Amino acid sequence: MKVKLYHPTREIILKGPKQVAVLLRELNLPKEAHLVICGDELVTEDLVIPDDQTVEIRPVISGGE
Amino acid sequence: MKCRQCQKSAVIKMERHNTSLCGGCFNLYVHDQVDRAITEQKMFDHGEQILVAISGGKDSLALWDVLIKLGYRTAGLHLDLGIEAYSEVSRKKVETFAASRGLDLIVHPYKEAYGLGVIEIAEETARPACSACGTMKRYHFNRIAMERGFPVVATGHNLDDEASRLLGNVLQWQEEYLEKQSPVLSDEGGTWARKVKPLFRLAEREIAAYSILNRIDYIVDECPMSKGAKMLLYKDILNRLEEASPGTKHKFYLGFLKRPRAATATAKPVDLHPCQSCGQPTPGAVCGFCRLMQRVTP
Ligand SMILES: [Zn+2]
Ligand SMILES: [Zn+2]
Repeated sequence: MKVKLYHPTREIILKGPKQVAVLLRELNLPKEAHLVICGDELVTEDLVIPDDQTVEIRPVISGGE
Repeated sequence: MKCRQCQKSAVIKMERHNTSLCGGCFNLYVHDQVDRAITEQKMFDHGEQILVAISGGKDSLALWDVLIKLGYRTAGLHLDLGIEAYSEVSRKKVETFAASRGLDLIVHPYKEAYGLGVIEIAEETARPACSACGTMKRYHFNRIAMERGFPVVATGHNLDDEASRLLGNVLQWQEEYLEKQSPVLSDEGGTWARKVKPLFRLAEREIAAYSILNRIDYIVDECPMSKGAKMLLYKDILNRLEEASPGTKHKFYLGFLKRPRAATATAKPVDLHPCQSCGQPTPGAVCGFCRLMQRVTP
């Protein structure tokens, strides 16, 4: 599966299938600070992402005032 | 995972409310939280024209979207900070959002007004970038609102913004800031425009989810100047606490709002008069913005 990440913006390939919660844990990304978009739908942490899918892990924090 | 309300497939799990919701029920939840914030804190009513400060990020665009859907009369104000590519992308997102919904938008470009962007202004005056930027933002929100007859300025500050600011203020015992930290800042009898934060009950993650679900095209990148800012560290720490103990941010900030302020209140009324240079109310002879701009070499 293809995973799009930010800061810096990049794409990595991981072996699927993989559950969203596991994906975040393996990448050491806190759940409270990220959302996962599969295709173009927002998904919950229990979803298992198939190997042929593209996912985006969107950070939710913006800085400053 | 199923929606707790209607059993459709859920799009978000919210640990702090121990619930999961589908897109439709989540939108209702967000609208309800904003409505509750506006009503409980007496922020404004349907008769008032609200100037919404729009940066192009998720919070301000989501705020504008919700206010429109709740039937409020609004116009957007975008300060083009003149930070090269970042500001160009932000402004484009704001203009596209406003145009696609037929909304009134005021754009104030710093480079056209002052010949310099906010980074150059901060450098010339040897002020930390975020501090100079904050002074300029507060000044323009107020001045443009007053000049154009808007009694209220709404900003997109969320629960995480307010909780991290509270943490910073408590860690440094900034008592005068603690006293003033509130989702509503009074207009002091018409001296200022009233400042309100209708998203203060919603977590940053919930607002990002709302923006994604409602196909709001916002700028995901952080402001390039805020890298390494203390606020990001505080947010990170609060998010770690939140994961270990859901509801921490909510209890921390909303608990603070419920407490009496008398313990820290110094209650010294500020004597305001018009700034000698621009006419805006200020406790000194010249306001903070004009003092900043005086240090910018022409
Ligand atoms: Zn539902
Ligand atoms: Zn002035």
